Amino acid sequence: MSASDRTGLRADVRPEGCPTDLPVLLPFALAEGHPPARLRPVHGWLLCGVAVVTFPAWAQGAAVAPSPLDVVIKWAPLLLTGFAFNVAISLMAMAIGTFAGIGLGLAMLAEGVVLRRIAWSITQVFRNVPWLVLLFFVMFLVPFQVTVFGLRVPLPDWVKATFGFSLPVMANVAEIVRGAVRSVPNTQWEAAESLAFTRRQTLWRIILPQCAKRMLPPWMNVYALIAMATVQASIVGVTEMLTLTAQVHAAEGGRPELFAPLYGFAMLCFFLYCYPIDRLTAVLERRFETR
Amino acid sequence: MMPAPPDSDPSAGWTPNQPIVRLVDVHKSFGTFEVLKGVSFDVRQGEVVCIIGPSGSGKSTLIRCVNALVPVTAGSILVEGIEVTDPRLDKLALRRKVGMVFQQYNLFPHKTALQNVMMAPIHVLGQDRREVEARARALLAKVRLAGKEDAYPGELSGGQQQRVAIARSLAMRPDVMLFDEVTAALDPETVKEVLVTIRELAEEGMTCMLVTHEMNFARDVADHIYFTDRGVIVEHGPPATFFASAQDERTRRFLSQVL
Repeated sequence: MSASDRTGLRADVRPEGCPTDLPVLLPFALAEGHPPARLRPVHGWLLCGVAVVTFPAWAQGAAVAPSPLDVVIKWAPLLLTGFAFNVAISLMAMAIGTFAGIGLGLAMLAEGVVLRRIAWSITQVFRNVPWLVLLFFVMFLVPFQVTVFGLRVPLPDWVKATFGFSLPVMANVAEIVRGAVRSVPNTQWEAAESLAFTRRQTLWRIILPQCAKRMLPPWMNVYALIAMATVQASIVGVTEMLTLTAQVHAAEGGRPELFAPLYGFAMLCFFLYCYPIDRLTAVLERRFETR
Repeated sequence: MMPAPPDSDPSAGWTPNQPIVRLVDVHKSFGTFEVLKGVSFDVRQGEVVCIIGPSGSGKSTLIRCVNALVPVTAGSILVEGIEVTDPRLDKLALRRKVGMVFQQYNLFPHKTALQNVMMAPIHVLGQDRREVEARARALLAKVRLAGKEDAYPGELSGGQQQRVAIARSLAMRPDVMLFDEVTAALDPETVKEVLVTIRELAEEGMTCMLVTHEMNFARDVADHIYFTDRGVIVEHGPPATFFASAQDERTRRFLSQVL
């Protein structure tokens, strides 16, 4: 065995001016002319296509059991029902959280010191706690039903989970509102003040309209995060997509080769839902940056 | 007959032959730094007063105290008999009487020129929209911006923006106008169009207080000039005597540098 074999270097690729065949570690050189590989949306589609085409071939191995593709197709309606819950939970959490968050954000900008401190504390607490902890907190503290004017209203698990997710949304939206309002130059406040606008009029007619656009991209970002986080609800037993996927897997006998296709389907659903939101956020961010 | 409640019009006791703005021993500190160290003067109705002086001498702070944008530390400021330093001051009532134009124009960027002018009369004074619009168009024409009603501030030059800002302030029909270095951020060629607008205002009898670095303009338009340095008024007088025969050493040095 020659020295060059041991180093894994062939003699003919040895650079000039390096006549030795001793085990010398050559400097690492980047190949020129190749841009770094980057995945584009079209690649995602291609990969999906390849997966779909190769599933049946792959499934040939297990001749007796139905193929993984058949299993996914068979259960897709149920799994998509679960996904609908994920979407519903995320949308409602976003609606509640945005509403509460705008209030909380404006409270952080209030003139009263006490109100400002309280709002700030609430925001900090809910922003700096794991979402899952908040979810547990709400799941076990909120009763399974409430009585409103003698009318019993049941609160199913997914509704409770919605409240659980709306808390971090609230805190993050509050911070977005506060940051956006702070980003408007102080001179705008001065100009409005010297025209005898009240503080409230200044905020609603002059400051907030200017920063609504700036708030949109970070707000959509929070939405994409919350949509993905809704799978955490499976830990507390909400029948959303991940819970159903696990149940389907068990119902199919827990075959190991079904693991990837079933969870891959869940991945695909979330990716197809969140990726466009992410892209749109990036586009909007770029557009508002230039103004 | 019931006597009118004392709070109904805060300037009820004021008559036009009294000073419209009266500063008495005004002090202002930012932290431990004393910007104003006892400034007193009167401005009579229809008078044009220019405040000049080196940067950092407290000119802008002084003018900002008049409409309570900056709270004073000690002393008294009366605007049409309203005590500006009163902790129970109705700031909105004061600011309806006092208009202000800033160095950086500070137009509302999400509104057109016309909307900028119309906003305050409609939302603050609650005036009729159609009447306000007619007045706003007339004001924009007056500052030579007819045809620019629907332009956004970003589409206007600095001088045009500053004239919109003047129109915006005038739309509130103020009794006193404050100008805080309004030409300092402008290109030399657009300074003139703004100064012409201010001069017309002054000739119409508007009471004006200007902080300015435009000495020739001050000489032309002012009835009285105050020179401030390090928080006090060093010297003052009508422009003819002020520029011709300044007595104080600091004033002379300043004038020799800027003229």
